[in-house]
Amino acid sequence: MIAYGEILHVSLRSLRANKMRSALTTLGIVIGVAAVVAMFAIGTGANQSVTAQITSMGSNLLVVRSGSMTTGGARMGWGSSPTLTFADAEAIAEECPAVGKAAPTTAGGVQVVYGNSNWSTRAEGTTPPMLDIRNWTIASGRSFNDSEVRSSAKVCLLGQTIVTNLFGEEDPVGKIVRVKRIPMTVVGVLGRKGTNAMGSDQDDTLIIPITTAQKRVFGSRFQGKVSSILVQAVDGNSISAAIDQVDGLLTERHRIRLDEEKDFTVMNLAEIMEAAAASTRTLSFLLAAVASISLLVGGIGIMNIMLVSVTERTREIGIRMAVGARTPDILLQFLAEAVILSVLGGLTGIALGALVSFAIGHFAGWPTVISPLSIGLAFGFSALVGIFFGYYPASKAADLDPIEALRYE
Amino acid sequence: MPLIELSGIRKTYFLGEISVEALQGVSLSIEAGEFVSVMGPSGSGKSTLMNILGCLDIPTEGTYRLDGSDVSRLGRDELAVIRNRHIGFVFQGFNLLPRTSALENVELPMLYKGVSRHERRKLAAEALEKVGLAGREHHQPHQLSGGQQQRVAIARALVNESPLILADEPTGNLDTKTSMEIMEFLADLNRTAGITVVLVTHEPDIARYSRRVIMVRDGLVVSDRHPEEGGITA
Repeated sequence: MIAYGEILHVSLRSLRANKMRSALTTLGIVIGVAAVVAMFAIGTGANQSVTAQITSMGSNLLVVRSGSMTTGGARMGWGSSPTLTFADAEAIAEECPAVGKAAPTTAGGVQVVYGNSNWSTRAEGTTPPMLDIRNWTIASGRSFNDSEVRSSAKVCLLGQTIVTNLFGEEDPVGKIVRVKRIPMTVVGVLGRKGTNAMGSDQDDTLIIPITTAQKRVFGSRFQGKVSSILVQAVDGNSISAAIDQVDGLLTERHRIRLDEEKDFTVMNLAEIMEAAAASTRTLSFLLAAVASISLLVGGIGIMNIMLVSVTERTREIGIRMAVGARTPDILLQFLAEAVILSVLGGLTGIALGALVSFAIGHFAGWPTVISPLSIGLAFGFSALVGIFFGYYPASKAADLDPIEALRYE
Repeated sequence: MPLIELSGIRKTYFLGEISVEALQGVSLSIEAGEFVSVMGPSGSGKSTLMNILGCLDIPTEGTYRLDGSDVSRLGRDELAVIRNRHIGFVFQGFNLLPRTSALENVELPMLYKGVSRHERRKLAAEALEKVGLAGREHHQPHQLSGGQQQRVAIARALVNESPLILADEPTGNLDTKTSMEIMEFLADLNRTAGITVVLVTHEPDIARYSRRVIMVRDGLVVSDRHPEEGGITA
């Protein structure tokens, strides 16, 4: 009986005899697989960048913001009436068991001057734990300490963007900059974080002790108040416990009666970021689903051409049968042709998809990641498509009546 | 024991409500080494007879013994094996695979027999040499004349050492001179190699090469005669 290797050889031969048709047949699969690979790359890239952003924001993060102020019937929104205090932040850190760290923050726009350069940026007054909560690293120099917070010391930490704009190649540590005309010593430079999920530059920031911000920089009319408190739960499972504890503690500390509106709100940032991550996952599945449809269409293309090919080669099939080809010999020959076409299409598609993902990453600036999983999936699917859509035409060929086939014009 | 033994062969085709009896009880036997012509007008049933003789089809009734074994009730894959081992076909339209070299066309029956590639190459080249096409191994059918194409087909019919060659109007597409060459060649094969040749034709000139003429009409054998020896020159 005929060996499988010989059938493969016969199939390859007849594909080579019809190069143009073979190439056109694979085109559908090539595009389908390329789409799958590229879409997966975009999806995975988006997913990874969201994960990276979540990490850069800080994990298990809650934000307590002060309540709204009502002026002449118009409610001004969260933070318009600062009711939170530095003491609230300390109490949260100490009294809530589900809370790991807490840091008060108050922020505003400032102009920073060094020598004859200036730069407008955002200054954030806070306490040292904030750096840990938000996963800030110190690239050079040091952070400020608790005693500097207590003494409202004129020290600051600079983000990379400010360093680039004011200092260029110069080392800023130990230099004096003027923040809103107040001279401050640069004690450290923050590590790079890049843009956040909203697209704003996280490195364009200046961090100072909260007391310095309150007393010297912003000179707020709300003395001793902070606009928000960053809270980090001890772990991912303690987030809701932390919310309850913070809520209870602040209600008590602010002496809010049951029928009164609370003057603060606790937001779960972890949840928001999880939702963002989930939506990118949904997006990547959606992209993959759309791409799979094009793979399916490619498979139908193969079936179509194979059916035409079987009809066109009816006489060839008749000749083969006359000289002794059995049903499985013909079936396997045509099935092998379909599978070879789809696998070749798959390989070309993987190469093209990789190229497209690279181009998208390079020109559109989207993060793309080509995973071995997506390549394996695309390849496996294209082989399956070949078998699935090749079977019907092949069985049609194998079931031809040799007499009819020989007589076919 | 005859090579071919048909007894009471009937073949009925059902076309919807109507049934057509193409063969209405054919019995005949052909000894190994005979050269037989089957003649008859179109619609006589001679094509049906050839299909059954060639194991491309099975009879509705009756038995067909080929080389002693009953092949009249075999399934399609078993028939394929019988065709592969016992029967060589030569068709009017040559029926070579297009875009395929002469050598590979001749190899085809051996491919389905499971002969190794090396062996196939060798035997196919020998068969082509036998039909006088040495040096044309790598020509494709469209690069060969009609007579040459029919020689490739004959080489293909010979290559599995089948005892029987069925030739269906083998000269129908050829001019007179080439027709004579092909018939001479078949006659020579029959004489020297002892291969049984069954030929379908409606040209008496061609039938004259054989030593026995079977006339078929309306699904029955109407005459079966052995013209005098030396009929080729008559």
